[in-house]
Amino acid sequence: MIITKQKDFSYLLNSIKKGPVFIIGCNECATLCHTGGEEEVLSMKEKLKTKNIDTTGWIILEPACHFLNDKRLLKKCKKEIDAAKKILVLACGNGVQTVSEIIEDVDVIPGTDTLFLGEIKRATDFEKRCIMCGECIQDLFEGTCPVSRCPKSMQNGPCGGSINGKCEVDKEMDCVWDIIYKRLKKKGQLDNLKEIKEPKDWSKSTETRRQL
Amino acid sequence: MTYRSNLERVLSEKKFAVTAEVGPPKGSDQSKIQDKGLIVKSYADAYNVTDNQTAVARLSSMGGSVILLNMGLEPIMQMTCRDRNRLAIQSDVLGAASVGIRNILFVTGDHQSFGNHPGAKGVYDIDSIQLLKIVRDMRDKGIFQSGDKILAGNPNIFIGAAANPFADPYKLRVDRLEKKIKAGADFIQTQSVFNLDKFNTWMDEVRSRGLDKKVHILAGITPLKSLKMAERMKFHVPGVDIPDNIYNRMKKSAEPKDEGHALAIELIDNIKKIKGVHGLHITALFWEDVIPHLVRETGLHPRP
Repeated sequence: MIITKQKDFSYLLNSIKKGPVFIIGCNECATLCHTGGEEEVLSMKEKLKTKNIDTTGWIILEPACHFLNDKRLLKKCKKEIDAAKKILVLACGNGVQTVSEIIEDVDVIPGTDTLFLGEIKRATDFEKRCIMCGECIQDLFEGTCPVSRCPKSMQNGPCGGSINGKCEVDKEMDCVWDIIYKRLKKKGQLDNLKEIKEPKDWSKSTETRRQL
Repeated sequence: MTYRSNLERVLSEKKFAVTAEVGPPKGSDQSKIQDKGLIVKSYADAYNVTDNQTAVARLSSMGGSVILLNMGLEPIMQMTCRDRNRLAIQSDVLGAASVGIRNILFVTGDHQSFGNHPGAKGVYDIDSIQLLKIVRDMRDKGIFQSGDKILAGNPNIFIGAAANPFADPYKLRVDRLEKKIKAGADFIQTQSVFNLDKFNTWMDEVRSRGLDKKVHILAGITPLKSLKMAERMKFHVPGVDIPDNIYNRMKKSAEPKDEGHALAIELIDNIKKIKGVHGLHITALFWEDVIPHLVRETGLHPRP
């Protein structure tokens, strides 16, 4: 899932200025992240009201990254959108852009920061799992990805900073190499780590090809 | 026999080697590194020039290495994978070899979040083991990482790597050393040794696999200058293992600086006796003037 975090309210007020705003949420990732579901959109509306900023209307897209769905759903809100000075999108960075392709005449503002592709551990507890490198190598590491989870993206880890199973960068974070080690040890496959893993072929990432 | 570097000569002749770290300044004034160079000159066989150590921007390791070369000191240029991709790194290896740098030590590097530019984007295109193999192939096979041919001069580099015998998972530590040797390391400098028991356990495994015959191992020594430094290294520097007995000696001492000096001498004397250790790597952070004393007082001067 795409993990997002709502921007600071003071930052949003600075972007919105006087308003009025039309608020857009998303029924998938942003709903699951509690950053742009119905509950958060309505709460944003209330918060803006306390700052004397009016909301002309709101909608939850299904999902925000779906161009044709957005076009159809936003058509129904044309009046509210035309009455707004700013469109506040509580969805991921992709959702913001799909919306701005459709709504050309009003300023579109991102209401969240998009962080990573990750796992929901608990309600608001997320962990990074993938950087979409275009060449999955988890078969070599017991279904665990060191490229996204090691802050140094090491494929021949661990580095010298792995202490008591934790990463040197953040003592709260598990060292992914410790996890890989334990899994391979359990299966009696530690020898897998003796082989030198070759440098990644980053040309397989979408860096150079932006469409499929 | 011709050797790539003085360091390679000393190690190949089975003499106990000494290397010392000369950290570049936070600025372009070359007299800062020259002053340090003059203090340690003739007390080591080669001198490490760090590469933006602890992710703090400093005079480059290549610039610093050239300054040392001009003073008649042999540099060990350090290179990390944090700040450059494979293009830049291979280009710098060629550049270094072209100006007469003969020893390069390759590490993955301290994470940028520890340094003075925590907002920097870390590169980490390749890791240290991949880099060792790339440089070995450049030197011995005349090819770049992509397989493209080197056309005018393979970099004739004595290849160094780091090892941390004190980090976790402990079982993997010797495996990783073995992997670095397989990738191309000619010599190894270890993380600073304070915990002799743990270092001995690591060396036992190193010898039992015969790795001390395949690579030259230089044990790291860091004299503790003050209690504050001991505390910082014990509690805040990743990968450093200062056991309680050493920490307590520093804490109880009325003269921590003298105690740190004495501790370093004891450690060196003990390390010299460990079979399979081929030398010392002294990192005296902001205390370079202790290096000549340590080398003399442990009978390691004059250098061969």
